[in-house]
Order: sequence, then structure tokens, then C-alpha cells
Amino acid sequence: MLFFRREGTITLSNKITAKERLQINRQRMPEQDATARAANFQEVNLGFGEQLAMLEAQRCLQCREAKCIAGCPVMVDIPRFINYVAEGNFAAAAENLLRDNALPAVTGRVCPQETQCEARCVRGQKGAPVAIGYLERFVADWARHNEGSIVTTHAPRMGRKIAIVGSGPAGLTAAGELVRVGHSVTIYEALHKPGGVLVYGIPEFRLPKKIVHDEVQRLKKTGVKIECNVIIGRTYTLQDLRQRFDAVFIANGAGLPVFMNVPGENLKGVYSANEYLTRVNLMEAYDFPKTDTPVLAGRRVATIGGGNVAMDAARTAKRVGAEQSSIGYRRTRAEMPARAEEIHHAEQEGIAFEFLVAPLEVLGNAQRWVTGLKCRRMRLGEPDESGRRSPVPIPGSEFVIECDLVIVAIGSRANPLLTATCPELKLNKWGNIEVDASGMTSLPGVFAGGDIVRGAATVILAMGDGKRAARTIDVYLKRG
Amino acid sequence: MHKILSKRKLSPNVTRLDVLAERIAAIRLPGQFVIVRRGEGAERIPLTIADSDAKAGSIALVIQAVGKSTRELVALEEGESIQDISGPLGRPTELIESGHALCVGGGVGTAVVHPIAQGLFRRGVRVTSVIGGRSKEWVIFEEELRRLGEVVVCTDDGSYGRKGFVTDAVKDLLAAGGVDVVYAIGPVPMMRAVAELTRPASLHTSVSLNPVMVDGTGMCGGCRVSIGGETKFACVDGPEFDGHQVDFDLLADRLSIYRPQEQKSLARHGEACLIGLEKPKGA
Ligand SMILES: Cc1cc2nc3c(=O)[nH]c(=O)nc-3n(C[C@H](O)[C@H](O)[C@H](O)COP(=O)(O)OP(=O)(O)OC[C@H]3O[C@@H](n4cnc5c(N)ncnc54)[C@H](O)[C@@H]3O)c2cc1C
Ligand SMILES: Cc1cc2nc3c(=O)[nH]c(=O)nc-3n(C[C@H](O)[C@H](O)[C@H](O)COP(=O)(O)OP(=O)(O)OC[C@H]3O[C@@H](n4cnc5c(N)ncnc54)[C@H](O)[C@@H]3O)c2cc1C
Ligand code: FES
Repeated sequence: MLFFRREGTITLSNKITAKERLQINRQRMPEQDATARAANFQEVNLGFGEQLAMLEAQRCLQCREAKCIAGCPVMVDIPRFINYVAEGNFAAAAENLLRDNALPAVTGRVCPQETQCEARCVRGQKGAPVAIGYLERFVADWARHNEGSIVTTHAPRMGRKIAIVGSGPAGLTAAGELVRVGHSVTIYEALHKPGGVLVYGIPEFRLPKKIVHDEVQRLKKTGVKIECNVIIGRTYTLQDLRQRFDAVFIANGAGLPVFMNVPGENLKGVYSANEYLTRVNLMEAYDFPKTDTPVLAGRRVATIGGGNVAMDAARTAKRVGAEQSSIGYRRTRAEMPARAEEIHHAEQEGIAFEFLVAPLEVLGNAQRWVTGLKCRRMRLGEPDESGRRSPVPIPGSEFVIECDLVIVAIGSRANPLLTATCPELKLNKWGNIEVDASGMTSLPGVFAGGDIVRGAATVILAMGDGKRAARTIDVYLKRG
Repeated sequence: MHKILSKRKLSPNVTRLDVLAERIAAIRLPGQFVIVRRGEGAERIPLTIADSDAKAGSIALVIQAVGKSTRELVALEEGESIQDISGPLGRPTELIESGHALCVGGGVGTAVVHPIAQGLFRRGVRVTSVIGGRSKEWVIFEEELRRLGEVVVCTDDGSYGRKGFVTDAVKDLLAAGGVDVVYAIGPVPMMRAVAELTRPASLHTSVSLNPVMVDGTGMCGGCRVSIGGETKFACVDGPEFDGHQVDFDLLADRLSIYRPQEQKSLARHGEACLIGLEKPKGA
């Protein structure tokens, strides 16, 4: 018999010994067959069932000083919810998880667990870490299907009004936290559908839109108002919002595509990943002509980049009908910033990888359609001050990737639409909004978070910012 | 939801819809546009705000039915609604403070030039409009523009006004002198031709570019155009640019990207209308 004690709040006796726990292997995520799924948009991962989840949960050693928690940007009390899963008390697991993380069904699917919580898990030192992400997803999905059994409490309205710009993970999280403590919240969203990158960028096969939709509905039920088709900087200015609301939280993301700046980039058949993915995801071009927005399918598609965005674009291209879909990245597999699972899934689906290559020119035919991408091979040079080895071109190594579609996924930056209309707002040299330790901008009462502050980052960091901003806004309003 | 307050056919393929959009009606400026999505499954398409009535809270959309999305929009009736309208988008027109402006409109571009002429007129700028169409029945916005200044109408077949293209009339007006600026909006070949007419004298000529758009906020880059050799996003940097700097070939070329898909979409629309099975979504 073992006793686990953390924070002195729960004392649990479990039926299984540490030794027995150590003997359980990490459970595999059931997934759609790779060939079948490369031709459909249904979710790749199928999720744990109850038995699998309980078994995996028993692998957790319930460390007294749980390092995994420190690895989580929003400090989810991981061992606690996992312990409830191990016991089969899913409602309690859900209550605890949801208290720390407003969008667990999303983060359970898209967080880079391998560099965060799971990287710190002691079980990873000898073998595989506990599948924290899969368990989070399991609990979140259970909660979505058993909504009635989870208790959430709301403070009475206090009559203070907050405007939020953008309905991505930062905006949605802040909204949830602010209504919970009794504030009135209105979210303004530029597009016709709320969710930010979660709906226009990340594809259905990784994050079903229904999940985002349900989260948005849940928020609306708690009283959050969401006005779509409102562009701050155009429909209203930040100044308008400051006059009508007691505080403003800017969470408009990093929606400005970066192009390669090489000749031929305006040829027909060159897309930014933003445009390509928006057409397919938000505008549902995969269903064309049943839906009205077209997308070029491409027979041979070359995607440039090494992050999640590149993986999503290349895998989407396969699903839209490309015979060949490849990814060119200027460093090696080890440096790719994409989630490990996405790289793995892309490989399984037959995406070809070209490492250590950099684009030089997009080639076209007489009708100005893309025919290829001229690249140059690179090697990794000496580490710079930051310790990163930068790619160095190899002279005379030019070659051509033959393709009829090029998708540029080399990053995105702060979109100046809003900030350009508000010169008093302090920006850094990349155009990101500067905030102090509390999340406040150079304008009193105006806060900011997520990608507009950090540059293209992650869902969970955006959510962390939303949560922090909500807390400081609450303090700010109570003080003011 | 944006209710259609009135619908009027202006020419055989151009329809005016006055649509409820209070906020936009109150603040829109000449040269700005909206992105319209008729209903579920529909495309987002850019349309210029041709006029507005702040009291009624309405904006005027003047739509040339060229493909599926525009045909389905003009198939909507008074009292029906458009699901999404966002805006006002784009940079407002740079209006001159005084002097004489030539406003050139070809086809549906005449409706796009109207708010610019309106803005100029309100500042006291002298406005001369040159507008054209295939024949008399294709000429639009003549009456509205007459309220703002002199109007020269051109028709290809001479059935009304002067026979010939708008460019012929523009050439004569330029020869007469005294023009300080030209605003030219219409089909790509027309804007290119006008820009060529004014190039020798370096007479500032503003044109409005109409590339395919998606979001209209600078997020996708699909609307990129080349201005003086530099790539710009028409939805946020434009849609109006210096006509002498525009790469019109690139614009025309990029407008042809989806031609096969557009035909497919239109064919589907045609079939659905014929057999009466599918009412446009959102209708
Ligand atoms: C294809 C893709 C895949 C990704 N995959 C992952 C992943 O697997 N894991 C991960 O952690 N991260 C991933 N990311 C990154 C992650 O999605 C972002 O870091 C995160 O969404 C940022 O959240 P946000 O709330 O700051 O902004 P966003 O999600 O960008 O939301 C901003 C919202 O604001 C709206 N907006 C913009 N301007 C205005 C305005 N002026 N007025 C009103 N509204 C406005 C936008 O339309 C948008 O809806 C991915 C990103 C992309 C593009
Ligand atoms: C800033 C801006 C303002 C505009 N204002 C107006 C307006 O006030 N009234 C109006 O009728 N139209 C306007 N347009 C054009 C309008 O958006 C397109 O005609 C429309 O998107 C076509 O959609 P569709 O599905 O009906 O036709 P599609 O099936 O997409 O196309 C049918 C035909 O139209 C051409 N076409 C496609 N997109 C465009 C385009 N963006 N511009 C020109 N031709 C195109 C195609 O090459 C094709 O030959 C504007 C465009 C822009 C960018
Ligand atoms: S329409 Fe997407 S950037 Fe202009």
C-alpha cells in the first residue's frame, strides 16, 4: 500500500504498487490507418477509451514534487486529474482540469507536450513519459459528452465591461475567466466565425471544428457576447473601445503571412499557408463545388517551412488530392519546430521531406503557372551566440523541386491593421505590442497577449496570457 | 444578418442592393469596400460601398453578376438578408483638396467611382465624370453623377451619348487641359489604357484594383499586387494605387487563377436554378 501526498489536500490510497505502475508501458493512441486518412479530413487520432485511459493514468507515479506541472505554461495540476482518471472518477478529473485550463479538448490535441509537461515527467528518464496530452484529451472529451455532471460556478455580475479583440485561444480564455468573476465581456472578431487559428488554420483532421464550436457555445451560454465581422482598426478604433469599455484586451494574433522574398513568388500556384489553410478550413474548399470557395489542388505540392503550419499545409494538400506532397526545411529533422507527433504523422502519410534546403526562386511556364521551386542545399554552420547552428548555403548545390503548387509556411508576423491606427500603443521592432509584467500595454486599461505580443507562438502560451490578463484586469478594475 | 431594404436593376447585369449595415454606413469613406458572405458555404467577396445613407443605416452595393457568388447575391429579394458583411475595409481614397478631377468609370466601375466623385464634390472640387457602357441600357449611375458635376457618357455602339470608349473622351478632356487628377475605375484594360494616356504628362492617376480576396484584413496575402516592383496587399495597402506604378499584367493574370473552378461553380449554380432544387444557401 502506498500513500501519496501533495499540497496536503488529497491523500490517496491506491490499489497498485509503484512497481506495478512501472511495469505498465505507455499506451498507444489509436489512430486512423495512414493510407485511409491521407484521403479524408476526419481526425487522425481517435482518442483513448475509458479502459486505456485508466491504464495509462496508473503509470503516473504521483510525484510529490511534480515536475510536469512546472512544465505546463498554465500550471495544470496534472497528477491530480490523472489520479482521478486512474480511479475512474472522470467527473472529478474534469472538474479539476477545467479549473486550470479552459480549453483542454484543444490543448490535449495541439500542445507540444514533448517539450513541456511530458519532457519533465520522471518516467521519461527511463522509458516513455506518461501520455499526459492523451489523458488531457480523454478527460476533456469525456467532459464534453457529460456536460451536465460538471459543476461550474459564476460570480454575480459587477457591471464592469471589457472588450476583447480577437477570438483565438487568448481571447476566448480571457473571456471565460472574466465572466467567471462577474464581468461583462464582448469579443470582437474580424472573421465571420470565432476561434482564430483554431478554426482558420489548424485543420479538421487535427482539431475538429466541432470542438471549437462547442467551446464557443459554452462561453456564449455563460454570457460572453461575440460579435463577428468587426475589425478593430476599421469598424471601430481602439479609441472607440476605450471610451465604451472599462478595459480592453487585445488578442488579435499574428495574422500577417511572411513570404520568401524570392523571384516568381507572385506566379499562379504560390500560396501563403494562411491563404491555403483558410480556404480549406474556414471556407471549406475541400467540399468545393458544394461550397463556393475554390482552392488549387495541385498534383505535386511543395511546402516550405518546418513548423506545425508546414505540416498542416503539406498534409492538407495530400487530402485535397495532391499525388505528391513534400516539405522543404532549411535545417534538419532535429531542429524542426513542429510537434513530434505531427512530423511522425506526416511521414506516415507519405509526405516527403527535404532537409537542409532553402528556396531561391519559383519557376513558371509561359502562362505564368508554377512549374518548380529552385532551391539550394545548406549545411549547419558553427553555433552562434544563442547556441543555434544556422544553415549555411553550399555553393553550386542548386537543384529544382518540380511542383505545380508552392505553399509558403515560413512564419507569420504581427498584422499592423489595428496597431497602425493607434500610434500611442508601444510596439517592439517587429511590430508586436509591448506589455509589462502584468500584461498591460503602454495605454492604461489596455492589455494584450497571445501571438500579437509573442510573435507566432503556441495555443497554450496564448491561453496563459489570456488567463493572466483576466486576472490583472480584474485587479485593475477593482482598484480603479 | 443584414436585411436588404431595396433592390433595383440598373442594367442588364448590374443590380443595386441597399443593405442594412448601420455601423459601416456611419463611418465609411470614399474608396472603401466590404467583404460579403451571403450565407453558409458561400464565398467571401469584396464589393465597394457605392453609397450610404447614415440615417437609414444602409449601404449601397452595386453588383455585376459575373459568377456564382454575384449571381446568387443579386437573386436575393427585398426583405431577405445577407449573413455577413464586414468593413469598411481598405484605405480611403486620397481626395484632392481643390482643383479639377476627372472621374472615369467603366461598367460596374462607374458605381465604384461614384463615392469618390461624391467625396470630391463635398470638398468643392470640380468633378467631371466620364462613364461608359456597351449601349444605352448598360450605362449606370449617370443621374447620381450628374448631381456632382459634368458627365460625359460614352457607348460602344453610339446608342447614347458619345460613340466610342471612355478612353477617347478622356483623351479629349486631357487635351483641353486643366485636369489636376484622374480617378479611373473599371475593367483592367480600361484602367491600363487611362494610365497610359496620363503617363506622358505624369498626371496623377489613381486606379482601384480588384484582385481575388479572402479575408480583406491582410491575413492571407491572396490579394497581392505589384506596385512599382514592390508586392503590396490590395485589401490593406489599397485597393487604390498609382496607376503608373501598377503591374496590370500580373493583376489580369492572377484574376484568371480560378477560371476552371469558377466555371464549375457556375455550372452547378445553373443546374440548381434550372431544376429548381437548390435555392441559394442563406436565401
Ligand atoms: C496552421 C497552424 C497550426 C498551428 N498548430 C499549432 C499547434 O499544433 N500547437 C500549438 O500550440 N500552436 C499551434 N499554432 C499556433 C497557435 O495557433 C497560435 O499561437 C495561437 O492560435 C495564438 O492565439 P491568439 O489568441 O494569440 O491568436 P489567434 O489564434 O491568431 O486569434 C486571433 C484572432 O483575432 C482576430 N483578429 C485579428 N485582427 C483583428 C482585428 N483587428 N479586429 C478583430 N479581430 C481581429 C483574428 O481573425 C483571429 O480570429 C498553429 C498555428 C497555425 C497557423
Ligand atoms: C476591392 C474590390 C471591390 C470590388 N467592388 C465591386 C463592386 O462594387 N461591384 C462588383 O460587381 N464587383 C466588385 N468587385 C469584384 C467582385 O468582388 C467579383 O466580381 C466577385 O468576387 C466575383 O465572384 P463570382 O463568384 O460572382 O464570380 P467568379 O465565378 O469568381 O468569377 C467570374 C468571373 O469574374 C472574374 N472575377 C473573379 N473575381 C474577380 C474580381 N475580384 N474582380 C474582377 N473580376 C473578377 C473572374 O476572372 C471570372 O471571369 C470588387 C473587387 C474588389 C477586390
Ligand atoms: S485578402 Fe487576404 S490579405 Fe488581402
